[in-house]
Amino acid sequence: MAQPSATVSEPGRSDAAPVLEARDLVKRFGDRVALRNVSISARPGELVAVIGPNGAGKTTLLSILAGIQRPDGGEVGHVPARIGWVPQQPSLYSKLTVAENLRLFARLEGCADVAGAVDRMLDQTGLHDRADSLASTLSGGNRQRLNIAIGLLAEPPVLLLDEPSAALDPRQRERLWDFIFGLSAGGTAVVYSTHNVQEADRYGHNVIVLADGERLFAGSPRELERAVGEAGARDFEAAFVEFLRQRGH
Amino acid sequence: MRWLLLKDLRILSRSPLLVAMLVIYPIVIAALVGFAVTSGPDKPRVAVLNEVPASATQISLGGESVNVSKEAKPLFDAIHPVYVHSRQEAIDKVKSGDVLGALILPPDLTRRLEAATAGGGQPPSVEVLFNAEDPAKLRFVENTIKARVQDANSALAKKFTQVAASYIHLLATGGRFSFFGQTFDVLGLQRAEQILHGLGGKVPKGSAASMQLAQVTQFAHLARQNLGLANSVLDAVGTPIRVDTTIVKGGKTPLGSFAAAIAATVTLMFVTVLLAAGALALEREQNAFLRVVRGLVSRTGLLAEKVALAALCSLVVGLLLLAGLSVFVTLPWSRFALWVAALGLGALGFGALGVAMGALAREVRAASLMAFMASLPIAVLGLVPSGAVSSWLYDVVRGVSAAFPFKPTLDALKSALSHSGGVAGPLLHLAILTAVFTLLARLALRRFAVD
Repeated sequence: MAQPSATVSEPGRSDAAPVLEARDLVKRFGDRVALRNVSISARPGELVAVIGPNGAGKTTLLSILAGIQRPDGGEVGHVPARIGWVPQQPSLYSKLTVAENLRLFARLEGCADVAGAVDRMLDQTGLHDRADSLASTLSGGNRQRLNIAIGLLAEPPVLLLDEPSAALDPRQRERLWDFIFGLSAGGTAVVYSTHNVQEADRYGHNVIVLADGERLFAGSPRELERAVGEAGARDFEAAFVEFLRQRGH
Repeated sequence: MRWLLLKDLRILSRSPLLVAMLVIYPIVIAALVGFAVTSGPDKPRVAVLNEVPASATQISLGGESVNVSKEAKPLFDAIHPVYVHSRQEAIDKVKSGDVLGALILPPDLTRRLEAATAGGGQPPSVEVLFNAEDPAKLRFVENTIKARVQDANSALAKKFTQVAASYIHLLATGGRFSFFGQTFDVLGLQRAEQILHGLGGKVPKGSAASMQLAQVTQFAHLARQNLGLANSVLDAVGTPIRVDTTIVKGGKTPLGSFAAAIAATVTLMFVTVLLAAGALALEREQNAFLRVVRGLVSRTGLLAEKVALAALCSLVVGLLLLAGLSVFVTLPWSRFALWVAALGLGALGFGALGVAMGALAREVRAASLMAFMASLPIAVLGLVPSGAVSSWLYDVVRGVSAAFPFKPTLDALKSALSHSGGVAGPLLHLAILTAVFTLLARLALRRFAVD
């Protein structure tokens, strides 16, 4: 597994064609507009952080990219089957063991080599010694790793993570990001939403800022800092808050 | 305390389904219990077709006039008679469940009764029509109507006994006797004995003794006839009126088979509905639903899997139950294929109902509660026999029962476990219900994953 870098400031493989691309996405829930003409793209190995205040539309955006919801406008330039999706809450069967969960989803995914896929994910998640443990007995961090592993069984070129580190303690969070960073290093594009702005700064090659369903910014963390000038010089979180304030949020 | 109370009330107000069930359920149960209590068998509704001419309600018995209508009063006091004008109308009322049965009094009832008591033929019969769709009800109707006819018989029998006693008295003591407009002077055994005692040895022809002997001979002749008549009367006293029964709907399902069908249907319902509802809701509680239906399995495929799971489990349970019951009740193993068909289609219908409940309730505990609470009244309604409640209410009960798989499953199993009725109709009904409830579940899945 690859070691995490302290700060990732350059995109993964900027010369490669995007493996994920969506343009001008619009989503309405009744009178409320959850997304307004939001576009997003990700290249192989790229880590894209989606940040914003509560209700900004982060989960809605990821749900549309994952094919869970249909947009009311815009287009998604990929088929959902090529996207790995990991919801915020572990989405697995607690009465099945780790290996049984992986085996079930590998079969549903139509993996040609089910046993090989299960072994590979047990290796990547470091859960080999817990393979026969019921999922309900796993710690929060291990459950989340299994949750992500299920999303990776079909070896998708893009992985969508909705608040992957929420409810994890710092040590579990660190191990989770080790794992995710390893995926990125292996060429998987990862789009993740987070409330933890430091995670966007630390791991994201690019950051998308959403507020009230509107994309306010798309670029690297350093570009966001530069966008607010001296007011955001203290740290990235301060720059983010100042950026929102300057745009009336 | 106050704030906790307000909090709980607010939470309840935000769970409309739960509140609706809490309010509606006791009302439904109370209504069902009320109907059960108030629809007792004290005065069953019975259609009556009285074809006896109004001018022929009197019969002559031993020279005495007997009003049959008056003697049959206990019968009509014990039932709630619904008078009809034709046999077909009576059959229609029985078939529709408007009445428990029908009583047909033939036009020659009094004539045959009079003839029978005079030793001139078999006792008359009244015809009882009944609906045999429910063996428990069949037994109730048979017992009720036969008991009421027996009451009428007893009243007539009492009258006939008085007549028989008068015949015997006539034979013993002698006297005048009218028969078909002719009056006879009956000697009587007592006087005959006196005459015979007075005769001794041979009696010359043309003598007074000869005439007395002729009188004795005539008495002997009449005595023999009267004794024969008395025998007929006494025979008629046992059952002045006989009852012929005719089934106008349903077959003769043995009560044991019927009980087995009910046990299997109730078991099938609870196992399947609870399992299907809980299994579907569990997908959501485990947060696995969206992951599974996101391209891996279609929503309809997921529903089909849950229905199949629940149906398969309950089919096995149902077959084991019937196998166990067959130790105590004679069940036709030769119709095993029909058992499987009835249980299988029934299980699919209940499974579809279960996933519809699971999709609506969305949570395992709520789905289980809903499945349990809904199943009981569905079963009770499915067991309400025709004629037990008023006609319009029975139509409502029948309509509601037809909308759920309990009644058609029970009908299919009744047919499969006996040689009565067809099984194809209920199976088709179940197939339709399976499709309808699966469609409802599919629609309910639209909001299944919405928080």
